[in-house]
Amino acid sequence: MEQILEKGKEPEGKDIVGINQVSFKEKMNSYKKHPGSFVLLLCVCLAMLVTIASLGYLVLYIVVKGVPYLTPSLFAWEYTSDNVSMLPSLINTVLMTLLSLLIAVPIGIFSAIYLVEYAKKGNKIVGIVRVTAETLTGIPSIVYGLFGMLFFVTACKWRLSLLSGAFTLAIMVLPVIMRTTEEALLSVPDSYRQGSLGLGAGKLRTVFRVVLPSAIPGILSGVVLAIGRIVGETAALIYTAGSVAKIPQFSNGAKFLFDSTRTLSVHMYNLSREGLHTNQAYATAVVLMIVVMCMNFLSDLLANKLAKKSGGEK
Amino acid sequence: MTKIKEKGMELVFLLAACVSIVAVALICIFLFAKGLPAIGKIGVVKFLTGMDWKPTNQVFGIFSMIVGSIYVTAGALLIGVPIGILSATFLAKFCPSWMYKPLKTGVNLMAGIPSVVYGFFGMCVLVPLSRTLFGGTGNSILTASVLLGMMILPTIIGVSESAIRAVPDYYYKGALALGATHERSVFLTVLPAAKSGILAGVILGVGRAIGETMAVIMVAGNQARIPSAVTDGVRTMTANIVMEMGYATGLHREALIATGVILFVFILLINLLFSVLKRKAVE
Repeated sequence: MEQILEKGKEPEGKDIVGINQVSFKEKMNSYKKHPGSFVLLLCVCLAMLVTIASLGYLVLYIVVKGVPYLTPSLFAWEYTSDNVSMLPSLINTVLMTLLSLLIAVPIGIFSAIYLVEYAKKGNKIVGIVRVTAETLTGIPSIVYGLFGMLFFVTACKWRLSLLSGAFTLAIMVLPVIMRTTEEALLSVPDSYRQGSLGLGAGKLRTVFRVVLPSAIPGILSGVVLAIGRIVGETAALIYTAGSVAKIPQFSNGAKFLFDSTRTLSVHMYNLSREGLHTNQAYATAVVLMIVVMCMNFLSDLLANKLAKKSGGEK
Repeated sequence: MTKIKEKGMELVFLLAACVSIVAVALICIFLFAKGLPAIGKIGVVKFLTGMDWKPTNQVFGIFSMIVGSIYVTAGALLIGVPIGILSATFLAKFCPSWMYKPLKTGVNLMAGIPSVVYGFFGMCVLVPLSRTLFGGTGNSILTASVLLGMMILPTIIGVSESAIRAVPDYYYKGALALGATHERSVFLTVLPAAKSGILAGVILGVGRAIGETMAVIMVAGNQARIPSAVTDGVRTMTANIVMEMGYATGLHREALIATGVILFVFILLINLLFSVLKRKAVE
């Protein structure tokens, strides 16, 4: 619990400078006596510069190259190999995201509730769940893709479809949602629970009416993080959802779930692999990057909100 | 009635918690059930140490790809680890407070950028750059290492920074009081104390690098042979799966799944190492 509070805290400037405040000039003079320290300082600053510069270069390069090609034809309703419209993939991405979340969010939240609110200390299942969740976090997306292909596509006979892709991605983001929800639930003060129980509410009512509502920002930040991962995922989808760039036909009822779909990042991969529409690929990259960036900012914002809230109550 | 509801919901929560156990079990069962028979048919030694991968002749040896994965990962570490650890040190101990938030947001953003975008950037910028600087096609171990090094930076920075912050402040202050400079205190007392946490971050980075697929395919050249120079192209295990799965049938397909199994085993070992180190760091 304390770890969570720590995260929201900003580092204090005075701790960084040290106990004795020294002026810039004195500091520079002392470096003359300690050239080794000065070299270390330079290395550290340089490393940070390299990190930020590489990020900045990547973002700027893609934005500068891509924005001029964000033409209306790139958002045409029908995909053809001439206009390489990204609109169908964009719609498919939204559908894929919604479907995956529909599966992963309830399971993730419920299992976090079990771990935090119900499981007793020393419960064996808790340990196993933690280990498996950690394992799921570490599995690379291509292995998820292979599993999805073997299980959902072949064994369940769902073929290359929206549904197979969504289930594969749901397993992939499950640990993200579980972990963030768990942290959010843990940061709800115990006095809330005791108050609610003391007023005669049952355990279930306490969880759903008192604990969950105050943990919502934390849970949302996990969900948003999961959206970012779903939108950016490629390797897990190529062999589970396929790459047909068509807007699903809703007229046939639920049948669209079994149609092959191409999400935006798979679209982007196909464009860059074909090598015929490099400019359009830049434009697609811009859209993809903007979506993922917004998701990240939103997640940060929500997490900060939670941290501030629980920090203020102490 | 309320009692039934309470008990019922508790059961639902328990079942939800078991989903992740079931998922891991299913992944293991399906991968091993489909992959191990193929390894058996080809022969364990032949499969793991075979130099040639010629699906049309039914020759399946993935040694060159294991080597490829290891080379590319090692290269990524050479670039990512020093820069990552130093950046984490900057964020934790050197950063002026007004600068912290934008920098941290930037690092988080780096973690969020999809791997296809990284790959595309590598294809359009790093590959031509490496071609003009070092000759060859530009699709090489070197390019893939630089790109992967960039991609694992946020992982290493994130874990290392929290490890450095977890070191009690009196380590640092004690060193200062003994007359050490700020840099000396940080590098000789704080960093050694945070070393198992930092190592955990590095191992997490290894996991990311070895499992990365899309970005590597787009810049590594994908030739299935043992490279003789850093400007040679390589094929990693992940690339092998994605490139050929689309049209593979029969034993070829099973051999690809078996490649996935070997990758999975690698990842499991890395994860195990990571959790052992993390536990050590907490103690």
